Amino acid sequence: MSDATSIDHQLEAGFGDYFALLKPRVMSLVVFTALVGLVVAPVPMHPFVALVAITCIAVGGGASGALNMWWESDIDALMHRTRGRPIPSGRVAREEALAIGLTLSGFSVVMLWLATNAVAAGLLAFTIFFYAVIYTMLLKRRTPQNIVIGGAAGAFPPMVGWAAATGGVSLESALMFALTFAWTPPHFWALSLFVKGDYGRAGVPMLPEVAGRDATRRQILGYSVALALVSLALGLTSIGGPLYMTVAVAMNALFLRAAWRVARRSDADSDADRHLAERALFRLSLLYILLLFGALLAESSLKPLGLGGW
Amino acid sequence: MRFHPDHELHRRRASRNYGLGAVLLAFAAMIFGLSLVKARENGVPGLEAARQKAAAAAEAGTTGEGRP
Repeated sequence: MSDATSIDHQLEAGFGDYFALLKPRVMSLVVFTALVGLVVAPVPMHPFVALVAITCIAVGGGASGALNMWWESDIDALMHRTRGRPIPSGRVAREEALAIGLTLSGFSVVMLWLATNAVAAGLLAFTIFFYAVIYTMLLKRRTPQNIVIGGAAGAFPPMVGWAAATGGVSLESALMFALTFAWTPPHFWALSLFVKGDYGRAGVPMLPEVAGRDATRRQILGYSVALALVSLALGLTSIGGPLYMTVAVAMNALFLRAAWRVARRSDADSDADRHLAERALFRLSLLYILLLFGALLAESSLKPLGLGGW
Repeated sequence: MRFHPDHELHRRRASRNYGLGAVLLAFAAMIFGLSLVKARENGVPGLEAARQKAAAAAEAGTTGEGRP
């Protein structure tokens, strides 16, 4: 019998398996928010340089996803949702994921530096370090506030985009960071209230399982209030304007009402109507981030016509 | 000579090779495009000096300066 016949053909990786290491769905949010950060910045960029910058930020985000999958392959194998990922399914070796993660991290940071500036490259490097080391390796398995910490990593891209255009950090970019940062906990905890995860089996202390589902409901409301304050403050800066403010006021009113409904319910109420309020909050959170960042983009696009901004 | 139809294994390897090829081509295009844009925006170091030197040399050639 030749060696070839003993190979399990299902375990041969295709290109899509390597691409899946980069967490493409997370990458789409990274691309969108980084693009907004870059476009709303007051310094114009050459479109090709902007395209390269966004590509670098997306690849850097993807690289941190690959490093995350390398480190977490043990718990990914235990959970139903992540069992089919390239490493636990056996199609990609852990060492390959590590090599891809490190290589793409290096390339994305250096290329962003060459294309734009050291501040943007430094911020991207810190984002990768924060997600891969501080969140994935050090804190995710130790604290039930892991979603909050992971959210910080996901909140950096608009700051990196802004830095790529301006070469610095400002109140506007810090508030865009704060917006995504405060948005992440209600978004994920709403999901965790109606999707039965098996994090407990994997030893990851998720808030609903550690602090209880009632505490999670209260924290969703707390972060939603913080989110409202941050998003309205962003509207008062140089990148805000009447259009953004209108969208922000309307969306925050809807979001706070949805979060209030979730906070006031018990698990029995939630089970009775198949988590209607929790599902509504989750769907609204997706629309919320899309519309608020979209409104910032619209304000910036209207400025040349003398319409956007205050 | 007849080849056997591609096995799933070959299909996956081909997708890997074509994918990597596309990534490398895109990377090369990115470097090339970035070089053009940067050269246009910032200028090429030493280009102006070289132009002046060439112009001076051409002028010297027409006026006969520097000829033995």
